[in-house]
Amino acid sequence: MTTSTDTSEGAQELLARDRTGGAEYLREAGAVLRIPHLPEGVDEVPTDDDTMIVNMGPQHPSTHGVLRVMMELEGETVLRSKPVIGYLHTGMEKTGEELTYLQGPTNTTRMDYVSPLFNELVFSLATEKLLEVEIPPRATWIRMLMCELNRMSSQFLWLATNGMDLGAVSMMIYGFREREMILAFFEKVTGLRMNHNYIRPGGVAVDLPEGWRDDVLRILEMVPDRLEEYDKLLTGQPIWQERTQGIGVINAEECLALGVTGPILRSTGLPWDLRRDMPYLYYDQVDFDVIVGTYGDTFDRYAIRMNEIRESVKIVRQILDRMPTGDYRVQDKKVTPPPRHRIDESMEALIHHFKIFTEGFRVPEGEVYVAVESPRGELGCYLVSDGSAKPYRMHIRGPSFVNLQALPHMIRGGLVADAVAVISSIDPIMGEVDR
Amino acid sequence: MSDPNGVPPDQEPALVHGAISSLSRGQLVVHPRREDYHPVVGALYDDGYRFCADLTGVDYLFHLDRELPAGVARERFEVAVNLLSIDTRQRIRVRVQVPEGDLTLPSLFELYPGTEAMERETYDMFGIVFTGHPDLTRILMPDDWEGHPLRKDFGVGRIPVQFKGAPPAR
Repeated sequence: MTTSTDTSEGAQELLARDRTGGAEYLREAGAVLRIPHLPEGVDEVPTDDDTMIVNMGPQHPSTHGVLRVMMELEGETVLRSKPVIGYLHTGMEKTGEELTYLQGPTNTTRMDYVSPLFNELVFSLATEKLLEVEIPPRATWIRMLMCELNRMSSQFLWLATNGMDLGAVSMMIYGFREREMILAFFEKVTGLRMNHNYIRPGGVAVDLPEGWRDDVLRILEMVPDRLEEYDKLLTGQPIWQERTQGIGVINAEECLALGVTGPILRSTGLPWDLRRDMPYLYYDQVDFDVIVGTYGDTFDRYAIRMNEIRESVKIVRQILDRMPTGDYRVQDKKVTPPPRHRIDESMEALIHHFKIFTEGFRVPEGEVYVAVESPRGELGCYLVSDGSAKPYRMHIRGPSFVNLQALPHMIRGGLVADAVAVISSIDPIMGEVDR
Repeated sequence: MSDPNGVPPDQEPALVHGAISSLSRGQLVVHPRREDYHPVVGALYDDGYRFCADLTGVDYLFHLDRELPAGVARERFEVAVNLLSIDTRQRIRVRVQVPEGDLTLPSLFELYPGTEAMERETYDMFGIVFTGHPDLTRILMPDDWEGHPLRKDFGVGRIPVQFKGAPPAR
């Protein structure tokens, strides 16, 4: 067994109980903050101008993964802080250079594992832009349907974990319950609850299954009632408001300077949503509101995410009305494998199928940047092709990665307990931060 | 060798703040020389491109003959910066060539503080040094990692996991 002195990270040392001094012990127990006079045997007390560096993480329930935050504290007030990331780095951009365009979504979908369909979407859109192919309408509407449902499930998960971070533990169970209904639908459509590899360059993997409309309608009927419940449980609650209002304030200029997008940017009152402002798919054909806040605090970010679920419900209802019949993937022999039944009949189809899944298809030389609005902000994909069947360079601009830069600014001057609320309100998904 | 979807070869490429520009699949790309990189991005900032969406690097070691407009010297490394104008809802991309022998580029931190993490990532992955960056350290890889993983000559495959202070194997 190794001792703690073997690591170079001295700040993480904790002395054994029998070697803990009196002052150290009291500080640990929180007694020095409560007892106005000193008991005997305490020789050293931290003075007001003392600062100390503490580590939060990399494992902490509120950190949503493996985020480590170094904080300089003065008493309970946070002065400087610095997010330390990279604990989940698995070189996915390097991996992406070794996979064909058809295999690409299996890789990108694992980045933001809470909203995997958006990652598949942005990679597919970038590939299609390089290929300059037109996607059939049904495929586009299916993509929109799946993405909006995924946005709902992602926001539900956020509501759940955010509730838990702030002590509303029952919210944890409710949020996961609702998310599970959506994931069950995803499982029915794609075969998997997460990491679907459903949206692929050229369309989607399979058509929607029998009875999908009823399943979606059931979700849509359930969601508004559940949101009412959340409103009762949290929104009007004095403790909830105390913990979130005026915490982690940021304004629009700071957001733009720091590259922050998504609900954090909208909470400052700037209505910037790529779905409306730079439409992709058919978002210019559906009617929805961009939710904005006023104060740029944690409560606004909570309210925005809550109301974005309502907007997603609105969008999904319109998608149900407008879902056309037709192909769910582009009928371009270069990109699309032949239908399954053709493989049994035709040698050429079998060869074609084999070629597409082993060699992949060639994508003309060029480079593009495509961005979509994920539940966390602008999710971009910079794709460089050298004319071969694999991307020469695949870079994902993860919104969480950039948004995390606002953390030191937002928690400066606040309390340690509020830092947890602020980290949670940024909604960082570490798989996407570290990639 | 110009982009088939961009400016026709017989036509003089349009200049954006004195830098050659081209179209890549309909997206506007500016190719400033390295010494013009900071002034051109600064001028674009003044034009309303107040938001830096993305900054990343590309190693063109195996693809040196890529399509570039005439007049742009090909170098091994490239840094691509995606800027966004909230007011006009337009995007523009700045691609700047960074020669292998002198891997430095001025940092955009003063203009866009949000490039802090992105430049650190580019440094970490490609070894491009951004002068003027407040804290140019590795961000995703461990501090004592050797090499820059996204370079094309950095092999893929199994690499022994490195931990600080780990005892030697046997």
